[in-house]
Amino acid sequence: MSKLSVAPASRADAKIAGFMERYQRRIEATPPGTCPVAVQLTLLEAGASQTCGKCVPCRDGLPQLAAMIKRVLDCDADKAALDEIRSLATMIRDSADCAIGYNAAADVLDGLDAFAAEYESHVMAHTCCDDIAQKVPCEAMCPAHVNVPAYIALVAEGDYAGAVQMVRKDNPFPTACALVCEHPCEERCRRTLIDAPINIRGIKKYAVDSCAADKAPVPARLPESGRKVAVVGAGPSGLTCAYYLALMGHAVDVFESRDKLGGMLRYGIPAYRFPRERLDEDVNAILSVGGITVTTNCYVDADKMRELADSYDAVYVAIGAHTGKSLRLENIDAQGVSSAVDLLRAIGDGDYPDFTGKKVAIIGGGNVAMDCCRTSVRAGAEEVTCVYRRRLEDMTALPAEVEGAMAEGVEMVTLEAPVAIEVDGEGKVCGLRTQPQMIGEVKRGRPAPVTADKPENHIDADIILIAVGQDIVSAPFEEFGMPAERGCFRASEGLEAEGLEGVFVGGDCQTGPASAIMAIGAGKVAARNIDAYLGYNHTLDCGVEAPAAKPNNRTACGRVNITERPARERKRDFEYIENPMSREEAVQECGRCLRCDHYGCGVLEGGRIQYV
Amino acid sequence: MFKVTINGREVEVSEGTTILEAAGQAGVYIPTLCYLKDVNEIASCRICVVEVEGQDELVAACNTPVVDGMVVRANTSRVRTARKENLALILSTHNVECTTCIRSGNCKLQTLSNDFNMGAFAAPSFEGVPAAQDWPQDFPLIRDASKCIRCMRCVNICERVQASGVWKATPAGGVDVAAASIEESPCTLCGQCITHCPVGALTARDDTARVFAAINDPDTITVVQVAPAVRAAWAESWGIPREEATPGRMASALRRIGFDYVFDTDWSADLTIMEEGSEFVARVKNAENETFPMFTSCCPGWVRYIKAQWPQYVDQLSTAKSPQQMFGAAAKTWFAEKEGIDPNKIFCMSVMPCVAKKHECALENMNDAGAGQDVDLSVTTREMARMLRECGIDPRELEEEEFDNPLGNATGAGVIFGATGGVMEAALRSAYFLVTGENPDPDAFRDVRGLDGWKEATFDLAGIPLRVAVASGLANTNRLLAALDAGEVQYDFVEIMACPGGCAGGGGQPIHDGQELAGVRGDILYGLDKHADLRFSHENPTVLQAYEEYFGAPCGERPHHLLHSDHHDWSMPHK
Repeated sequence: MSKLSVAPASRADAKIAGFMERYQRRIEATPPGTCPVAVQLTLLEAGASQTCGKCVPCRDGLPQLAAMIKRVLDCDADKAALDEIRSLATMIRDSADCAIGYNAAADVLDGLDAFAAEYESHVMAHTCCDDIAQKVPCEAMCPAHVNVPAYIALVAEGDYAGAVQMVRKDNPFPTACALVCEHPCEERCRRTLIDAPINIRGIKKYAVDSCAADKAPVPARLPESGRKVAVVGAGPSGLTCAYYLALMGHAVDVFESRDKLGGMLRYGIPAYRFPRERLDEDVNAILSVGGITVTTNCYVDADKMRELADSYDAVYVAIGAHTGKSLRLENIDAQGVSSAVDLLRAIGDGDYPDFTGKKVAIIGGGNVAMDCCRTSVRAGAEEVTCVYRRRLEDMTALPAEVEGAMAEGVEMVTLEAPVAIEVDGEGKVCGLRTQPQMIGEVKRGRPAPVTADKPENHIDADIILIAVGQDIVSAPFEEFGMPAERGCFRASEGLEAEGLEGVFVGGDCQTGPASAIMAIGAGKVAARNIDAYLGYNHTLDCGVEAPAAKPNNRTACGRVNITERPARERKRDFEYIENPMSREEAVQECGRCLRCDHYGCGVLEGGRIQYV
Repeated sequence: MFKVTINGREVEVSEGTTILEAAGQAGVYIPTLCYLKDVNEIASCRICVVEVEGQDELVAACNTPVVDGMVVRANTSRVRTARKENLALILSTHNVECTTCIRSGNCKLQTLSNDFNMGAFAAPSFEGVPAAQDWPQDFPLIRDASKCIRCMRCVNICERVQASGVWKATPAGGVDVAAASIEESPCTLCGQCITHCPVGALTARDDTARVFAAINDPDTITVVQVAPAVRAAWAESWGIPREEATPGRMASALRRIGFDYVFDTDWSADLTIMEEGSEFVARVKNAENETFPMFTSCCPGWVRYIKAQWPQYVDQLSTAKSPQQMFGAAAKTWFAEKEGIDPNKIFCMSVMPCVAKKHECALENMNDAGAGQDVDLSVTTREMARMLRECGIDPRELEEEEFDNPLGNATGAGVIFGATGGVMEAALRSAYFLVTGENPDPDAFRDVRGLDGWKEATFDLAGIPLRVAVASGLANTNRLLAALDAGEVQYDFVEIMACPGGCAGGGGQPIHDGQELAGVRGDILYGLDKHADLRFSHENPTVLQAYEEYFGAPCGERPHHLLHSDHHDWSMPHK
């Protein structure tokens, strides 16, 4: 018999890899609203199943710990059980021999703290917390709770206007979200269990490409209520609030400090990602409701705010986060240094820069940094370098944005922290000095960079763009009386400004810089709550209904991804970069939807998050 | 040298020293459970955890090497709590029936539970003692899965020390027989897994009830023989000095249990030398037609091993029966005839330091005297001690007494059968005489003594250079056989004992957790030999008498029938 074999140490290992991927997909598809104690238990049981059985703490301790947590999960334990769990988990973490044991216990200990309220509820009230209940994943994950299964079914039927109207039931920016949404709706898509999440944004894009938003009629406005609401800021949050309030019959006056409407959708996102005429489709539809007056170039200061609060029945403040954060660097005020926000704002007003022959360095690793990189490429820059102090995988930008930028020729210089801006004799930027970094320990959930024992580097640059985040211009509103914390306005979960009657606040200025769909969701919440504050409970009819669900197609099938124009071509212009989805692609993609509104918890009372 | 501080005591130790060893040098006791030096250093029980300054987690003292300047705290509340909780976890899967457990009073888990005051420890309510596994209760080795604490000592001692691989760790951390069943496994019944089990999960079949039944039957004549190594260990559990636990007190103790005749396996060891020595001399004289080496055959664990692992060498085993079996054959023939006793009325039993002897005496080809089994029953040294306790016999209170005759007469050569190298030495003493007609210096062959696992020597046997080897422990044996098989070594005569150190360290001997006592016990046997009046088997008067009155010449017709066996009569499951 031969002494060596090329067979794997365990024959099942070769096959198990495929099932590990299934395992991973199962975890990714964890339904929103799942009890965290149950998640903790399954995580622990996974750990217990991985024990080699050598050591007592892991072999015997993990199953015992799991049994104890199971009793808590079953609401069959008292408060003392939590101390016992903590004590045993601490001992296992301290004395287990290898990571299978000690890490499983550490997960339990972290969970005891992270989900303290949930554990407490189980042992004291003998039930889960109130908010624990499974929901339809896509609509629960969407901050605006858009009825995703319904509009996918409408697209499948070819009713694109109906699909747009169904989206608009909860989100008056179907086009914006079709083009630039970060699509949290796809994160827990149940289809992941079979193959991959549905390309929900792609389907929505197919709908608005097939029927422009302003060609799908908006619902008729309810009778005039005679009440007046002021909205400060005509970004996605403000306009969303205005749209629903107007539909409910209220009179809405929108005050916008800039020349045009759309907020960050116009002044923060470059046209190659969101063409202005497409934004206009959403804005036109919103304004077509009637009852909305818009005042542009109107800067609301503390006095103006007082006036609005006095003369309107309610005010919604949604001013966004429009000031670029700066860095404390030598020569930060040198000629050639500007903030990302300033660059993108100018473009929003049609003022495109000319970087022909210039070397541009962008500092930052978020989506705005990528926007600046790709805009610089299109503005003719000779070299575009993105300087980031962490690693590529630590960038907060969407991976697709990073990949897109790299494809267009942007050089990613990672693990370099800017130290100083170098200037020539005339005080103009000529380069960036950086200190190499090394990735280190995980802090607050992210690997943090530390200074590496390497000499400083120099990067040639004529233009330096700072894209390290945005701030809120909160001072005038704080002067008016709206409390803020770390630059963000404080509000209740119903978006009532803290300590003020009739003033609501939401969007980036309340959450800090976030996504369009979060701002839209906030605008809708504000509209609903202002309506209630004014003493009403209007219901709105979007005019379409969800088509009946068809049987699930359970055959595993690839996800249709949206392709982009070739990088060498698209980088020369500011035209939209994505290729349209075809009808057959859209139909196949719609056919993968499992209609969780009908199958599973969706048909249960309380199984959905839907407003009328 | 590294400076290490343990519980505030500074100690200098060499590089590679573990925390546990350093603590020993510092006079700090750290409890252990699964740890078995050199054999099982897997740090699985986590009872030996300690705090090390600068490290968040607790570390296992038994397999963590010290570093210079290390500061260890072995007695903090956190350490003790971790030990107790781990102990509680172990107890939660352990069938706690201490009152009736055979290891009660000699159980590492019980000791630790007492030391840690576990009765007062409010452990969470754990669940889940595993069910006792189906086990053939008539097999000499018994496993009770409900008591197994999965320390893996048995797995490692069987594989690493005994090269047998009977036990395996299951994927979920349990222990099981690696074969379809224990009967179908290559288990040699060496019993090393039993003597190294910290709890009562592995035990030898208890046959004491059958012994008492025989003693209590007025129609039965009970004859007991005691193996050489038993006298070096029989009273250990009373804690009396070794020099006071004499063979004479042992004979007295057995007589008080109620045996009618108290005889000595040393006598038949001398008989074995007469047969095996003669056989060897005959083989040497017929060298051109023989295959060498000749292997000794008195260790039944070794016989089981060679049959299971190296069956191609079975023909080279001496055909001589073991002393236990020669004794049985002689007792139920010559002795019965001489005393005028119906051999069918004799209950012939042995006290052995061995578990495999229980199997050997029950072999079907071992009933040559024609009165049932030649040896009806074999009990271990541990069973003998239990019988003494049951009978209320305290070895400290006994007077010295003689063994009965004629089968209680022995020489120093018979005594050293109980230690590694002893059979070889005894055989060479008589072989020299057989070839030259003169006695050698009795200590001429002392080079084969000692605890080395594989010893070699060449002796001059009247001009014939004699290449001998002695191995004990089956992993050592396996290395020897592999070298022999590969032609790397050549021997004429090889002695093998399955247990490390020979029968003195046998699997039927008293259990002292963490201590290897084969050397100390072997020294007792060599001491008895040194002071013996007779030191040559061929000078044992009653052995010579037996030949004269009954057996005729060694290796003759009657001995061939009664004192030798055909190794092909039975077989072991092959690996």
